[in-house]
Amino acid sequence: MDLHLTAEKASLEEQAAIDAALKKQESEGDGASPAVATDGHAASNGLPPRSKRHLLLPVLHAIQERMGWISPGALNYASLQLGLPPAEAHGVLSFYEMFSRKPQPRVVAHVCDDIACMTHGAGSLCAELERKLGHSGSPCLDGKAIWQRTSCLGLCERAPAALITAAGETPRERVIAPAQEESISSAVAEAVGGKLTEQIDVLDPKVSAPQAGQPQLRLLRRVGQADPASLEHYRRSGGYHALNKAFEWGPERVIREVIDSKLLGRGGAAFPAGKKWEAVHVQRDSNRPHYVVCNADESEPGTFKDRILMEGDPFAILEGMTIAAFAVGAKKGYIYIRGEYPFAAKQLEKAIRTACAQNLLGKNISGREFSFDIEIRRGAGAYICGEETALFNSIEGYRGEPRNKPPFPAQSGLFHQPTVVNNVETLVNVPEIILNGGAAYARIGTANSAGYRLFCVSGHVARPGIYEVSFGPTIRNVIEIAGGVGGTGRLQAVLLGGAAGSFVSPKELDTPLTFEGTRAIGATLGSGVVMLFDDSVDLKQILLRIAAFFRSETCGQCVPCRVGTTRQEELLQRLVQRKPLGSNEQESALLKEMAQAMRDASICGLGQTASGAILSAMDRWSLFS
Amino acid sequence: MSEQLQAPSPLIPIPRAPAPEIPPGASRREIEVSIDGKQVKAPEGATILDASRKLGIETPTLCFLETLTPVNVCRGCVVELEGSRALVPACSRKVEAGMVIHTDSERVRLSRRVVLEFLASSVDVSTAPQLQAYLKRYGARAEKFGPRAATVAQPPKIDNELYVRDYAKCILCYKCVEACGVDAQNTFAIGVAGRGFHAHIATEFEIPLTDSACVYCGNCIGACPTGALVGKIEYDMRKAGTWDESRQARTETICPYCGVGCELTVHSQNGQIVKVSSPLDHSVTQGNLCIKGRFGWQFMQPNK
Repeated sequence: MDLHLTAEKASLEEQAAIDAALKKQESEGDGASPAVATDGHAASNGLPPRSKRHLLLPVLHAIQERMGWISPGALNYASLQLGLPPAEAHGVLSFYEMFSRKPQPRVVAHVCDDIACMTHGAGSLCAELERKLGHSGSPCLDGKAIWQRTSCLGLCERAPAALITAAGETPRERVIAPAQEESISSAVAEAVGGKLTEQIDVLDPKVSAPQAGQPQLRLLRRVGQADPASLEHYRRSGGYHALNKAFEWGPERVIREVIDSKLLGRGGAAFPAGKKWEAVHVQRDSNRPHYVVCNADESEPGTFKDRILMEGDPFAILEGMTIAAFAVGAKKGYIYIRGEYPFAAKQLEKAIRTACAQNLLGKNISGREFSFDIEIRRGAGAYICGEETALFNSIEGYRGEPRNKPPFPAQSGLFHQPTVVNNVETLVNVPEIILNGGAAYARIGTANSAGYRLFCVSGHVARPGIYEVSFGPTIRNVIEIAGGVGGTGRLQAVLLGGAAGSFVSPKELDTPLTFEGTRAIGATLGSGVVMLFDDSVDLKQILLRIAAFFRSETCGQCVPCRVGTTRQEELLQRLVQRKPLGSNEQESALLKEMAQAMRDASICGLGQTASGAILSAMDRWSLFS
Repeated sequence: MSEQLQAPSPLIPIPRAPAPEIPPGASRREIEVSIDGKQVKAPEGATILDASRKLGIETPTLCFLETLTPVNVCRGCVVELEGSRALVPACSRKVEAGMVIHTDSERVRLSRRVVLEFLASSVDVSTAPQLQAYLKRYGARAEKFGPRAATVAQPPKIDNELYVRDYAKCILCYKCVEACGVDAQNTFAIGVAGRGFHAHIATEFEIPLTDSACVYCGNCIGACPTGALVGKIEYDMRKAGTWDESRQARTETICPYCGVGCELTVHSQNGQIVKVSSPLDHSVTQGNLCIKGRFGWQFMQPNK
């Protein structure tokens, strides 16, 4: 195929950014090599025989981080280097929130106005920013910066939150949480002056993981106790013992122990992890490469547990992935981490480099006949990419649109090869299982919910943060562990599982936070969100924000979700403004009908759950009568 | 451990491709499924849609075309499969032994109706007779979302002499992108861009077609189910109110240009050629033509 490019040329700066990104990928990552054996058809144009489409996302990041936007010329040059039609590259570029197709100031302040931050003054913060800096999305400080509202940044324990990005030769990113108008304005001014420091972005375990240091902790035992950058600390606290044990056991026993542990996925879908591994393992003689993917695209509003694990204990994730790779026969792994987590990505990059240097990753790990590499891929602002098949498409350089299932990832996953995809927290449980055995792990917790679980407690609670429990405690217990209800002290509602979850009322607080317990009341654990709202909160506004979230995050591929999320938000707007079409009851019936079609006919979980939280609130409280 | 060594193959990602298909002509097992209470046999690899058609069941499809890879995005064809939590798309779900399928249950009818209402409330369906027939069949009421429901209304893009892109009529079925890409033309002039309700078909940075990779084969027009993509002549005649398919003759002939032998259907009205297409089921074209076959017929008729 001949590429047809427009006349726009990339500037030298843009070319340098693209070339550097490709060089980096090809030296440490998986640039398609010209030496690939072909099926006898040699490339005749001197170019490598395969498309480098899977490098598109890192290349787009490189342009955005250098220039602050992606110009037609830069896209032309990138398309040429990757052997990709520019219309396709443009389709991908326009999919992600963090990429700009228009010239934009190099400094951007992303200010969260999502539901957890709403309980901590995001509304007044944004109002103040509008007074001082102008409207969201319009340039300020002589056109050198811009601020914009954004969905959940995953910093809910320190709400309200902001993320400053400054493009340039040395791109900088800084998280500000909790944020005030002054701290955002001064950081933006620093960034405009080229002096943005990043030192503030360190994990403070006392704030983010208030249990840190307590002796009973397993998943969180190193957070705040060991230096996350030190492999020595990790090893001294039991790190890599599990991998060695796995090597002694061999892949089959590892998988059996993980199956026996009854570990269910912690990302939200709660699928048995061992079954996924087994399904990939059995294909090891199939002559197809296998992959292990860590889903770190934690974007469910109210979820921040994976971020704290990545920032506080990155080697545990690498060890979990390496054990998974050994068990299923994978030689390559990817960690797909959301674009809004710059610090977590840096911690993991550092950890990977260290592990490679110590031969805990790479060729012949610890002198064995087992090789495994891990590459990090950063998302760029798309909630949908947390859906596993959308995540694969995103890594492959396609639009992050979910695929129809079946086939499932174990049969046809990343690059259409057998793939294990696990959430960060799931993988951190793996070393625990190997160290103590699957049966011992299965005895922890309840009969149908085995093991340890992290809960992201936020909103109106005395000590927001991430809390580890052995399955069993009720919603009330978890709120007590987090110091009780905050705000006015009078609880109105609890959101379980995030925007895709459901609301429960104070009458339901004695529900155990287990898979079976929440199912019994028609709710879900989801990604472990426990978000509290006191009686000062206007729940209607919270529902409206959730509806706006789904409207802006739907990928737009299938009709029920693309149009349904828009119709749902329009309907809620009418109810809130007391301008219903017909009566409130008619609107409510219409919403239920739309919800059923979205649940039944959407391709993926986004559309299937987009009405869940809203309907759960309308069922429990007569909000619109 | 030793098994690890045997895990071969270079870790070079392969391009996205559909799952391996049973080659044409290879022997296939017959699989028996139950559809609406009737047992039906279909060859392995067939879809629920194929099996339903065997029984004469009419399934609404918008994004499906026999000559393109199913993308299953319109969700008009969803059916109820016992044991499945959500409905499944008939156009792409392959039959498996023992499946029990309902194509006209209350759940199916509700989802199909709402999907059609979503489309008709956001898109101009005035030139989509098939879609209008579905709306009628399912009793869909597009006006139920009120007069202020968001739409994709926008002015048509007229940037060349041969065809018009009227995206106010686009239901985003992906067919034109597939026809422009790997399923037919391999030109890749257009792609899906943007996200969510604002997702749309576009060239890179929305440049005019004349600056893009477009080769004006018009295969996207051939695939478009709603009249969002039409020839300039048809567009102008519709605007002038003179387009009348009931008065049009269709003449089957062979393209005179090269030796490939593409079959043409020449649509004429009042003795003037107004459009050229090719039958989907023709073994040579599968509905596809090149710029000459589709648009290069002016020499056939006297100047007006």
